[in-house]
Amino acid sequence: MATAAPNRGWYKRNEIAITPWLFLLPAMIFFAVYVIIPIGQSFWISLHEWDGLGDKTWVGTANYERLLGWGDANIDRKFETSFWNNIKWLVLYLLAIPAGLFIALFLNQTVTGIRFYKSMFFFPFVISQVVVGLVFSWFYLPREGLLNAVLGFFGAGPVNILGDPTLATYGIIAAGLWPQTAYCMILYLTGLNAVDPEQVEAARLDGAKGHKMLWYVILPQLKPATFIAFVVTIIGALRSFDLISVMTNGGPFGSTRVLSFYMFEESLSEFGFRMGFGAAIAVVLFFIMLGFIAYFLYSMYRDEKGAH
Amino acid sequence: MFPTPLAKTSRQWQISYQVLLPIMLIVWLLPLIAVANFSIKPEADFVNGNYWGIPSSFSAFENYGKVFFESNMPRYLWNSLFITIPTVIGAVALSCMAGFALGVYKFKGNLLIFFIFIAGNFVPFQILMVPVRDLTVNLNLYDTKTGLVLFHIAFQTGFCTLFMRNFIRALPFPLIEAARVEGIAEWKIFLYVVLPLMKPALAALAVLIFTFIWNDYFWAVVLTQGPDAQPVTAGITEFNSQFRAAYHLMSAGSIVAALPPVAMFFLMQKHFIAGLTLGAVK
Repeated sequence: MATAAPNRGWYKRNEIAITPWLFLLPAMIFFAVYVIIPIGQSFWISLHEWDGLGDKTWVGTANYERLLGWGDANIDRKFETSFWNNIKWLVLYLLAIPAGLFIALFLNQTVTGIRFYKSMFFFPFVISQVVVGLVFSWFYLPREGLLNAVLGFFGAGPVNILGDPTLATYGIIAAGLWPQTAYCMILYLTGLNAVDPEQVEAARLDGAKGHKMLWYVILPQLKPATFIAFVVTIIGALRSFDLISVMTNGGPFGSTRVLSFYMFEESLSEFGFRMGFGAAIAVVLFFIMLGFIAYFLYSMYRDEKGAH
Repeated sequence: MFPTPLAKTSRQWQISYQVLLPIMLIVWLLPLIAVANFSIKPEADFVNGNYWGIPSSFSAFENYGKVFFESNMPRYLWNSLFITIPTVIGAVALSCMAGFALGVYKFKGNLLIFFIFIAGNFVPFQILMVPVRDLTVNLNLYDTKTGLVLFHIAFQTGFCTLFMRNFIRALPFPLIEAARVEGIAEWKIFLYVVLPLMKPALAALAVLIFTFIWNDYFWAVVLTQGPDAQPVTAGITEFNSQFRAAYHLMSAGSIVAALPPVAMFFLMQKHFIAGLTLGAVK
C-alpha cells in the first residue's frame, strides 16, 4: 500500500510523457525484430559464406568481388543481366503514370454508369500478381492465346513472347503495367475530383484549353497524386518478383531475371543454399533503392515541416 | 471540371464517347475475358482447337466443381483466410496505437520514429529474406501460418502507422485537450475519444491489408512449403502442376484464387479507394 501510492503519483505526474512510449512499444518491437534488425543482419551475412544451416564462414568482400567483378574477377554475367533488366523495369514501369492519367482524363465525366466503368477499369489492381501473371502467360500462348488470335486477325504474328529472350522481359513488364496503370488511374481520378473549379473557369476565360490547360493549370494541381504515383511505381518496379517467377521463372536462358529474382534463386537454390551470396545481391538492390527512399523521405519531410 | 463536361461538347463527341467507353473497357479487360471464357469451356474445345470462340457447351459447374472437390484448393483458400484475418487484426491494432502515440504527443524522437516506420515500408523484401527466414526457422515456425502472420503484422505496421498517424493528425485536437481538462486518463482518451473517430480509417486499412496479404506470394514461398500452411497464391502452382495444360481447370482455379479480394473491393469500394488514395489530395 505504502509503495503503491507514490508509484501511482509518479505515473500520474508523468502520464503525458510515458503514455506515447507505452502505445508505441508493441509496434516498435515487431518492427525492430522483423524489419530493422534484419537489414543489419543481411549486411553481416553478405560478408560470409553460409548454407543457412551450419556455421558461417567469413569471406570478407569476396561475394561482392564475385558479383561486381572487382579485382581480377569478371562481372557476374547473371548479375549483369539482372541489373539491366531492373533498369528496363524502372524506366518502362513509369509509363503507368501517363497511361493512368490518360485513362483518368477519359473517365472523368458524369455520364450514366460511369461509376461502373471506373470500378471495372480499376479492379485489375486488386487481383494478385500471381493470377495476373498466369492470365497474361495464357494470353501470350502461341497457339491458344488470344493475343495471337487478334494479331492473326490483323495479318500479323504469331509471336511467342515469353519464349523469345529478346521479348520476354517486355512481355512481363506489359503484364505488370496492367494493374499499375489502374493504380495510377485511381490516384489521378481522386486528384481530378479535387481540382479547383474556379481556377479552371478562370483559365477558360483566359482562353486556355486542351493540352495547355492540362499542362499549366491541371497538372500543377495534381502534383500530390503524381508524387504518390511515382513512389508506388518505383517501389513496384523494384519489387517485381511474382510476375517473373510465375510467367518465365527467370527464363528463357535467364533473360528475364531481375535482382530480386536472382537473389531468391541463389539463396534457396536447388544446388544448396547460398545465403551469403544472396544477401550480397540483396544489399546491392537495397542501395539502388536507397537513393529513391532518401528522395521520398526528403520530400515527405519537407511537407511535414511546411505543415507547421 | 476538367476535361470539359460531356454535356458542353459537340453532339458528335458525345456519341463517340458513349461508343468508345465500352470498347475501351473490353480491350482493357481482354486478357481477363479470355481466361473467364477458358474457365467455362469443356475440355473438348481445347482438343478441337476452339480456344477463344464461344464455348461449345457450358461447363462452368464441372470445371469449378473439380477445383473445389478434386484438388487441394479449398485447403489453400482456408489457409489464406487464416493468414489474412489475424494479420489484418494485428497490424491494425498495433498501428492504431502507434499512430495515436505519434499523432497526438509531442516528444523527442517523434518524427524520427515516424520516418523509420515509413522508410522500413519502402525497403526491398529481399534484404529481409535471409534473416527473417532464419529467425522463423529458429522459432520453430517455418512452414506454419503463425510464422507468416507474425512477419506480415510486423511489415504492414510500417504502412499502417503512416496511415493512422496522418489520419489522427487531421482530427480536431481540441477534443483531446477538452478530455484532458476533464482529467480523463490518457488510455481512456484513446479508447473513448480517438478510436470512435477512427472508424473510417480502420475500415479503409482493413480492406487494404486484406488485399495485400491475400495477394502476397513472395513471403508465402519463402516461409512455407506445403498444403498445411501455404496460402492460395502459392498453392495455385501446385494446382497447376496437378492439372498441367488443362487450361479450362487452371483458369477456373486462378479465378477462384483471385476472387476474395475482388469481392472485398466491390463490397467496400468507397473505403478501399479512400485508403489507397490517401495523400493524393492536399
